[in-house]
Amino acid sequence: MDAILEIKNLVTGYQGKDGFVKAVDGVSFNINRGETICIVGESGSGKSVTSMSIMRLVEFENGKILDGEIKFNGEELTTKSNDEMRKIRGSKISMIFQEPLTALNPVFTIGKQITEAILFHQSISKKEALKQAEELVRLVGISDPKARLKQYPHELSGGMRQRVMIAIALASEPELLIADEPTTALDVTIEAQILELLRTLRRERNMSIMLITHDIGVAAEMANRIIIMYAGKIMEISDTIDLFDQPLHPYSKGLLDSVPRMDGERGVQLNSIKGSIPRLNEVPKGCRFSPRCPYATDKCHDEEPLLEIRGNRQVACWHVEQLLEKDELQIITKGGELIGS
Amino acid sequence: MDHKLESYSFNQPEPLLRIENLKKHFSIKGGGYFNSSKKVVKAVDDVSFNIYRGETLGLVGESGCGKSTLGRNILRLQEPTDGNIFFESKNILDYKNSELRKLRKQMQIIYQDPFSSLNPRFTVGEIIGEMYKIHGIAKGLERENKVKDMMELVGLDPTRYNSYPHEFSGGQRQRVGIARALALNPEFVVADEPVSALDVSVQSQVINLLMKLKKELGLTLLFIAHGLNVVRHISDRVGVMYLGKIVELSETDNIFDRPAHPYTAALLSTIPEADPRLKKERIVLKGEVPSPANPPSGCHFRTRCPLATERCKNEAPQLVEVRNKHYVSCHYPLEKGQTLKDAIAARELERARETITI
Repeated sequence: MDAILEIKNLVTGYQGKDGFVKAVDGVSFNINRGETICIVGESGSGKSVTSMSIMRLVEFENGKILDGEIKFNGEELTTKSNDEMRKIRGSKISMIFQEPLTALNPVFTIGKQITEAILFHQSISKKEALKQAEELVRLVGISDPKARLKQYPHELSGGMRQRVMIAIALASEPELLIADEPTTALDVTIEAQILELLRTLRRERNMSIMLITHDIGVAAEMANRIIIMYAGKIMEISDTIDLFDQPLHPYSKGLLDSVPRMDGERGVQLNSIKGSIPRLNEVPKGCRFSPRCPYATDKCHDEEPLLEIRGNRQVACWHVEQLLEKDELQIITKGGELIGS
Repeated sequence: MDHKLESYSFNQPEPLLRIENLKKHFSIKGGGYFNSSKKVVKAVDDVSFNIYRGETLGLVGESGCGKSTLGRNILRLQEPTDGNIFFESKNILDYKNSELRKLRKQMQIIYQDPFSSLNPRFTVGEIIGEMYKIHGIAKGLERENKVKDMMELVGLDPTRYNSYPHEFSGGQRQRVGIARALALNPEFVVADEPVSALDVSVQSQVINLLMKLKKELGLTLLFIAHGLNVVRHISDRVGVMYLGKIVELSETDNIFDRPAHPYTAALLSTIPEADPRLKKERIVLKGEVPSPANPPSGCHFRTRCPLATERCKNEAPQLVEVRNKHYVSCHYPLEKGQTLKDAIAARELERARETITI
């Protein structure tokens, strides 16, 4: 496979009272050219910190890459100077964020912000840049680009702002687009528009997309491969279809089970994972999921399993074989018992 | 599978709540500094429906459609501009202070954000106990015991009576919010996006708790949410709102399996589902929800509706019963079994014919 990004044993921490709190703790994965990979996890799973590490943005919020390698097209990013990173950020790798209102500068027009991004990476005249900006704005599906370029962020709706963010991200024709919860703040009908736009862009530009989401539905619709993260570690990496057919990690299964399905039986008890996600400074010993795992044994509480390769998938669980044998990992589509009956 | 949830009956003569022509208008300043002309945002625009005893009525819609405002107005947490709300056949809009306070015992709300809806300087015991304090129901040890009972009921450890909200996780905080709402044993509870701020694995815990409590305590629930799968799971009936109006209202299976309003159908076709093998016929709506300060004439949805005609521009549709207990506000409701895609194809054919005859 032609990997555009290779991450090996990434550890990222934030300075706490007593040393570093590790938000990402030994994460390794690749992103291939032209694929959409989704990182799925709940809050505190380290999915956003992973992307901020790739962009080396953690350093601006008191974080630090403590260990590991991040290779982009074979080039090591972790050792790059700030100046060198700036040339890569927003050119070969671009990023869009969840809240497009805070990510845009309120005192500059949309046109100014897009042309700025273009001029940063190309030596062309302002006039040409403006022309390109118009082209980009049209590409992301905004009507009447000329008028829109003169507007300020507050004059646009949430969906429009996210389109502008995408236009800025595309200005440098990136090879990798990192999208951190790009539709979480948007309404369903607008979410559908943005996801469609991302799909089209990937297809037409053969871009790789790393999509970070907590919404399993979005991942099912967008991803070629899915990475499931929990408390700073990867629990499972699978092709999308494989994962939904047969999750390998009890956490993956728990996550897929707890979403009410549109064709599921109504009113029945939903399957849920007991307890809640541990705080980063209280990560349990052994397997991080073990306190919440219905299948956990003493071994799980003592020893941390490694992410191991199983065919074209990877999973970090001591008991995959046994659980598969007993058919314990099938997704429950029918739900549990009827509440109160 | 259709009638698993027969805890209520549509034939019940007297609904618990009857909402008639409810309106909530907010005035905003129009234009610039020198233009003092007032503009009106119709957040809730002439809405009428019933809520039956023991049912869970789900309310869905995109942000700004007025679903939360509607919920708050029904509880009189906001004063409606016009209309009537009958609770157990009495118009609660006539209630004055003392009557209103009594009413609060019967009607409660669970808020979306368990981080901002609990006072950080009160212990959980004080937060829940305040309900009893305000209504002078129990004192001292008796109050404490009642609070601990409530904590147990919602699955919180009663020994954490003296803990502060920040010591709890999001899901546990939402349980505190639920305990507070249910402390006075209300008849009717508005749950305003109660799981939207929670993580997926915790969401299902809270949904299960709500379903259990509803059954055990015989609650009537108005469940407001934008997550369609959650609403489908928990509701007996569902209302769909768009720009201040209810555009469709029926039993849950009707809404999700046989939607009649083009908006509902489009909404359903676009939700990302946790099934990668599912190949849905996606109808992505164009444009965005217009500003409620300046809604389109006629049918509010017509600017985004793939079926809209001249009639939709000139004439506002009313919420009428198109099929048995299936209310829709649309001039061209989808027929039973008709998909939106079919309807669009039929409309396009019609349009093509018209052009030829001209």
